[in-house]
Amino acid sequence: MIWALFRRDVLMIARSPVLWLPVLFFVLVAALFPFAVGPDARLLARIAPGIIWVAALLASLLPVETLLAPDVEDGTIDQLIARGIPLEIICTGRIAAHWLGFAVPLLMALPVAGVLLGLNADTATRLGLALLVGTPALASLAVVAAALTAGLKGGGALAGLIVLPLALPVLIFGVGSDVAGALRLLAAASLVALAVGPFAAAAALRPD
Amino acid sequence: MFKPGGVSEALEITDLACRRGGRLLFEGVSARVNPGGALLLVGPNGAGKSSLLRLLAGLLPAADGTVAFAGRQAFAGHEVALKPRQTLGAELAHWARLDGGQALVPGALAAMNLAPLVDVPCRMLSSGQKRRAAIARVIAAGADLWLLDEPTAGLDAASADLLAQAMAIHRAAGGLIVAAVHGDIGLGDAAVLRLG
Repeated sequence: MIWALFRRDVLMIARSPVLWLPVLFFVLVAALFPFAVGPDARLLARIAPGIIWVAALLASLLPVETLLAPDVEDGTIDQLIARGIPLEIICTGRIAAHWLGFAVPLLMALPVAGVLLGLNADTATRLGLALLVGTPALASLAVVAAALTAGLKGGGALAGLIVLPLALPVLIFGVGSDVAGALRLLAAASLVALAVGPFAAAAALRPD
Repeated sequence: MFKPGGVSEALEITDLACRRGGRLLFEGVSARVNPGGALLLVGPNGAGKSSLLRLLAGLLPAADGTVAFAGRQAFAGHEVALKPRQTLGAELAHWARLDGGQALVPGALAAMNLAPLVDVPCRMLSSGQKRRAAIARVIAAGADLWLLDEPTAGLDAASADLLAQAMAIHRAAGGLIVAAVHGDIGLGDAAVLRLG
């Protein structure tokens, strides 16, 4: 059953017109920084991890209004609850599908962004590993924010305000992942976000 | 699973109360629906018919009282829960998979005269056709208890007849129906619960 839900969520995201938005946004940000900061390759390479992490964080929030709000409005969530499917399972599937929808294309676009920002192969590989570990947390936080703002007008902007402070640990350990132990702390932060996310999102969606 | 021709359990509602937004909608509501039986919820707008249905479907917590039912239920609310870009056939197949099998889908499509529309994206369907699709989803679920919120709203006379036939077949097989209604929906012999 959870497999059927996950497959459906992935299908809905794959067919969604906003599928390429996060990764396009990510590459665009990476392309804009050299213009804004200037062509100093050393400076760009130094701030590149920060740019890439902030871009990834914002990219995870782009589809936040389409993650849960349509399903709440059109009665899909009602149909799932009426079938006795726990909201936690629904939200877990949604987190996994959102991660697949935004993080995997983003990781594939990382070499492009790396070239644009003058990253060497070593740093880019380490950054890719950190993104692999940290993006599940971003997906989880985005789904929680989507659940909290479902049914609100202009929920997307509010979702950003909710997620950005909570994403700080991921951002800090992600950008500093070249320091010994930071990757483990990033993994820990990611696991906490993943463990709490489904329950927080479910609690927000539960009808009162 | 629903066993065609088998005997379902009875639905027992005891002293149910519902509170929405701090306001008491109803209290002390008791009813019993036996296998093959039907219960019509009637009352003015805002009396709590939809809330009672949502409560039975597990979509709302009860402020007081209990609902006892052992079988499976299928719910058709005001929202049709069809994705605009998916075809009708794909949507019904998806929900049937969650309900444990697609064996009943062709029969459900035929029962609501939707077979010619299976390849049509749901955004192209009229509101009456979406309504019929939501009823077909209930039929295809193979559930013991149907919870229908104003099922004839937006249906033409022919479709309302199809619904009446489907409900008669469901009850003949031992199924239960609870429906919120305004007026007659072809359940003449059903018990009536008046709210408000």
